[in-house]
Amino acid sequence: MSEPRVTGDETVADDIAVRVEHLTKVFGRRAGEAADRLAEGASRDEVAKLGTAAVIDASFEVRRGEIFVVMGLSGSGKSTLIRMLNGLLDATRGSVEVDGQPVTGIEPRRLRAVRRSQVSMVFQHFALLPHRTVLENVAYGLEIQGVDRDRRLELARRVVDRVGLAGWEERLPSELSGGMQQRVGIARALCADTPVLLMDEAFSALDPLIRREMQEQLVELQAELGKTIVFITHDLNEAMFLGDRIAVMRDGRIVQIGSPEEILTDPANDYVAQFVQDVDRTRVLTAASVMEPPAASVPLTVGPRGALKALRDVQSSTLLVTGPGRTVLGAVRDREVLRAVQRGDRDLAALVDADVHRVGPDTSLADLPELAITSGLPIAVVGDGGRLLGVIPRVMLLAALGNVPTDTSELAIVDLPPAVDPRLVAQTLDDTQEVSDAR
Amino acid sequence: MLDDVRLPLGAGVETGVEWITANLSVLFDLIRTIVLGMFEAAEVAFTEPPALVMIAILGVVAFAVRGWRMGVGTVVGLLVVVLVDQWDNAMGTLALTVVAALFALLIAIPLGIWAARSDTVSAIVRPILDFLQTMPAFVYLIPAIILFGIGVVPGIIATIAFAMAPGVRLTELGIRGVDREIVEAGAAFGASPGRILRQIQLPLALPTIMTGVNQIIMLSLSMVVIAAMVGAGGLGQDIVQALQRIDVGLGFEAGLSVVILAIILDRLTNALGSLQRHSPLARLRSRRVAAAGAPTPATGTVAPAAAETDPAALTGR
Repeated sequence: MSEPRVTGDETVADDIAVRVEHLTKVFGRRAGEAADRLAEGASRDEVAKLGTAAVIDASFEVRRGEIFVVMGLSGSGKSTLIRMLNGLLDATRGSVEVDGQPVTGIEPRRLRAVRRSQVSMVFQHFALLPHRTVLENVAYGLEIQGVDRDRRLELARRVVDRVGLAGWEERLPSELSGGMQQRVGIARALCADTPVLLMDEAFSALDPLIRREMQEQLVELQAELGKTIVFITHDLNEAMFLGDRIAVMRDGRIVQIGSPEEILTDPANDYVAQFVQDVDRTRVLTAASVMEPPAASVPLTVGPRGALKALRDVQSSTLLVTGPGRTVLGAVRDREVLRAVQRGDRDLAALVDADVHRVGPDTSLADLPELAITSGLPIAVVGDGGRLLGVIPRVMLLAALGNVPTDTSELAIVDLPPAVDPRLVAQTLDDTQEVSDAR
Repeated sequence: MLDDVRLPLGAGVETGVEWITANLSVLFDLIRTIVLGMFEAAEVAFTEPPALVMIAILGVVAFAVRGWRMGVGTVVGLLVVVLVDQWDNAMGTLALTVVAALFALLIAIPLGIWAARSDTVSAIVRPILDFLQTMPAFVYLIPAIILFGIGVVPGIIATIAFAMAPGVRLTELGIRGVDREIVEAGAAFGASPGRILRQIQLPLALPTIMTGVNQIIMLSLSMVVIAAMVGAGGLGQDIVQALQRIDVGLGFEAGLSVVILAIILDRLTNALGSLQRHSPLARLRSRRVAAAGAPTPATGTVAPAAAETDPAALTGR
């Protein structure tokens, strides 16, 4: 116990950091009975006389190095849930494993050992020890782990520097602003050097500007340190920004687990759908989530005639042209293709406008409108080596920003109509077909 | 219709006390010896040095925890006690108060901690405390005399029983009042319950517990006259005498001495609960903290800043 535990135990092949199975928590004298009835399918209201069901049959897995957000309104059971992950509350039913070690149903001594070595916590109202300095607070976890004083203060000093509080080590928490106090809270959890971090509404008590800054810092820290973070929040924007995956809770049950995009674009029920209505979609959605399969693209080798046929099939005014390995070369417009076909040109390359915007699949939606207005051409989404993954027609972009469902038929989605008369295209194709057939 | 019925409560208690005297006299003799020994030691310690030396010592203590005003007040007040010829009595009373308060604390604080950690204990202890506190203090004297004989010991025992309650209550209140999240934080980092008690609950509950200590001392002092009725001596004895002889002058002098003693003890124990920033002791402590952190370059900026936030440090002595 004299040395702090090294994180990321390599001997555990499993990449699951936290495993929760059928976790139920009922408060009240007859909690067990209530839990059994819930398991048999009784509703929360039906067992209200037996006890208050805070968490009902929650199951999920948190992967190593992931930020897993549990989101719900107050009273949805999320705080109870997170307190069962480190055994601050006993589970009525179900099991929790952290790093392969059980947290539920073990004796207090072993539970304390798990808390010391596996999982630390950041609290909503910071929960710093007011009679200790910043440095002593940060070193608290190591102190309990039994690290000697000089060593733990040295390690704590490093973490204090890392969260940007250098120079404040000897102050008392009461001398710090809220944001700084929560930095101490985060530093304390980081300094304990456990692989899993639980954060209970960690930023909810901070004002919005500080909160945003802390969110960004947390993402940065997580990328650097590779901690597994379970983050509780009632703020959907925060959940969407931080979460690799999000579990949405309502009335003690988890109603959906998915990536922010899945939650946003494919809500499991009306509740989630209503919830995500107000979210700032541009912060969450990426190019990949709004792109279309690249139907409106042709290889360069098809020539003008092939391009014109494709244009006729997709009923669009523009077409992406790809080269070897499906790399994006540029786009062609129907008017020019038509003229080339009429002239009998065989070379499509001459018509290609290379000035097509190319974005990666992870590009934020917020960056796309600017590109869309500076070019009449669709935006190409490209992967490694410029390979075409999909295209974002301008109309799709508008639909995504306006939260208009593109997969229902209530609204007819109209892309830029072909700039030339389709009958003319058909006529031209027929005419040129004879020529090529005759040859 | 209830005329014929008589609940033999008094008889029962009498039988109980008789049984105790008959069977547990060894235990009570032991308690008597210990309490008497401590009282006599305290009395000797307070009365043996010349009055002026004691006054100087108490004056310095008062100055250290509360500042020069308190120091001067203490010296002047105690000089008045000496000048009305009540010094020895006052020191006897102080010894009784200190010993009774010490025992009351030794019982009250652990009991308060226990009550804070267990709702069952709390539910059992609360009515007992109500009983102890509201039962007229005179009543304690009767069994106390039977068990311990006449003298200072029954006075001290009765005082302990009467004064203990607020100590238990305020200790429990203080510990239960510690921010739940901070206690959770201790648990979340794997601290044991004992460690959480020592490092989090007791330090944070200290101001409330010190209020309990203050209350115990004040209640102990208020028992002075009653204890004197069973021969506890001290200032109370003069007051009882003055009452019997209708001696207004003696009564006032002894009574005033009690008041002076009470004010000094009250202010001292109050100050200990929350050491005021400008008290010389607190200043000494903050200087030591700054010195301890001195090897790091960062504290260079902290020390002067700490002095700035302490207005008394600028005005100085």
